[in-house]
Amino acid sequence: MRAKDAVGRYGETVAARYLLGEGWRVLDRNWRGPDGELDIVALHADALVVVEVKTRRGLGYGHPAEAVTPRKLARLRRLTAQWLAAHDVHPRSIRIDVIAVLVPRRGAASLEHLVGVV
Amino acid sequence: MGLGRTLGVSLLGLAGHIIEVEAHLAASVPGFSLVGLPDAALAESRDRVRAAVTSSAIDWPQRKITVNLSPASLPKSGSGFDLAIAVAMLAGAGVLDVSRVADIVHLGELGLDGRLRPVRGVLPAVIAAVAAGYPRVVVPAANAAEAALVPGALVLGAASLAEVAWRYGADIAQPPAAVPVPAVVAGRAAPPDADLAEVLGQHQARAALEVAAAGGHHLLMVGPPGTGKTMLAARLPGLLPDLTESEAVEVTAVHSIAGTFDPGGGLMRRPPFEDPHHTATPAAVVGGGSGIPRPGAASRAHRGVLFMDEAPEFSPRVLETLRQPLEHGELVIHRAGGSARYPARFQLVLAANPCPCGKAIGKGLECTCQPMARRRYWARLSGPLLDRVDLQVEVHQASRAEIDGAGRGECSAAVAGRVAAARRVQADRLAGTPWRTNAEVPGHWIRSVLGADRSLMVDLDRALDRGVLSLRGVDRVLRVAWTLADLAGRTAPGRAEIGQGLLLRTRGQGVA
Repeated sequence: MRAKDAVGRYGETVAARYLLGEGWRVLDRNWRGPDGELDIVALHADALVVVEVKTRRGLGYGHPAEAVTPRKLARLRRLTAQWLAAHDVHPRSIRIDVIAVLVPRRGAASLEHLVGVV
Repeated sequence: MGLGRTLGVSLLGLAGHIIEVEAHLAASVPGFSLVGLPDAALAESRDRVRAAVTSSAIDWPQRKITVNLSPASLPKSGSGFDLAIAVAMLAGAGVLDVSRVADIVHLGELGLDGRLRPVRGVLPAVIAAVAAGYPRVVVPAANAAEAALVPGALVLGAASLAEVAWRYGADIAQPPAAVPVPAVVAGRAAPPDADLAEVLGQHQARAALEVAAAGGHHLLMVGPPGTGKTMLAARLPGLLPDLTESEAVEVTAVHSIAGTFDPGGGLMRRPPFEDPHHTATPAAVVGGGSGIPRPGAASRAHRGVLFMDEAPEFSPRVLETLRQPLEHGELVIHRAGGSARYPARFQLVLAANPCPCGKAIGKGLECTCQPMARRRYWARLSGPLLDRVDLQVEVHQASRAEIDGAGRGECSAAVAGRVAAARRVQADRLAGTPWRTNAEVPGHWIRSVLGADRSLMVDLDRALDRGVLSLRGVDRVLRVAWTLADLAGRTAPGRAEIGQGLLLRTRGQGVA
């Protein structure tokens, strides 16, 4: 596994732990659909939330949340529909969130949760 | 989430509109969008603001930023909104105190290094801001002197965005004094003080020039090449009196928008002089350009002199476009981006050769042009345009005797003194009317003041009968006659002045 993939995995773990701490129910992680991968699918109250986790080790190439481009958001929407088609879950509303994780060279990872980005 | 607000100014012609610049920062995928009818230069503002903020050691907020320029229906152009956008955005991000910046007008372009660059049109923009009740303005250091010319304005000149943020109490270190970006003035350096004494001989033409200056009359000089037509015209502004306070503000505002104003010397108090080349296009002369039109030579010559050398060489369209400002004293230019209104009350000075070869003066024996070529040459100066020119004189080659005998001619100061006296007389007589010089006065007013003394009109009636003068031409001659009387210190023109006016109007062909 390459270093950047390890960073990404670590970030997703940090994000999932954070969501559990907030009382969310994580339904799925790293679900592979025809168009790509959903990082985390969770239930927040009765809303289905698809969470895209973006992790970076520094700000040299911009803030992690900036890496979520409109194209990527469009792909997330398609994947969300595909996930719903494949699972027997019927939420009252659907939302896409972004969690930006910053993993500094030393010290704890910092995390920013952007709600409802589409 | 955060909402920041400050003010900018959008210019349409000389009229400034206060623009509210709002920035909304939402917790979402970071982005920066600018709405409210920005043009291309203004849309690029996003990239400049972003680089400037980062260069100023201020953290760029990772938010979805929406900047709105309100009222959103008014088209806005140029780079002068950069500072207002940055300040509104920083206020929304909590870097600056929202309430402190809300009613302050910000003008200026940002460089990628965070320094403030001067913009055009600061003077009319600040005038508009003060008039709208927002006297506090922040401008680039290079524009501070210009903004300070506006009475009642509280001006802060800043060299960089960091300095602005620091003065508003942002939590950043005091920035080192940045070297202010100097203003680039596109206009030429002020012409060297040309004096009338340098013109050898040419008594008739000098007299005509003095009359033109005294009465504000348009002037046409016809003569062979090298007789001093251009020299004479360039010395006309030196004979004119200083601009009044309100005229100076108007003229300076036009030049501020045109980018030809150097604020170092304060308001422009001398009449401007513009001499467009004869290849100039209509847009260059009356103003134009894409989006919001810019002022052209005719507006830059407002309250001054517009000199058109080799007038028949100008394209007919250029000459025809001058008829609107000659009639109304202002130009309204319509473009897709909106229409702009610029003042253009100039004194027109035309110079022309008598024919393409230039020698058809006097008897014209040396002229080698074919009659058709001569006629075609003059056909370009249309009747309607020439009819508006009060003074039409021939400039002959100065003779040996004139040059040797006369010595140096009168200097500009002496002539300007007489011109100023004549202008005072006109101002007294025209007090209470909308006009200030004889050239502006309509014919019926002159005739009513002159009374029904038919003896004065004998020469004019004869010229009218012979077809040398049009009815409008008669009024023009009377105006010139009034100016001649003012110069001579008489209370009303007599037969002598009218005869001389006829001579000056008709290139010497009116009396026989």
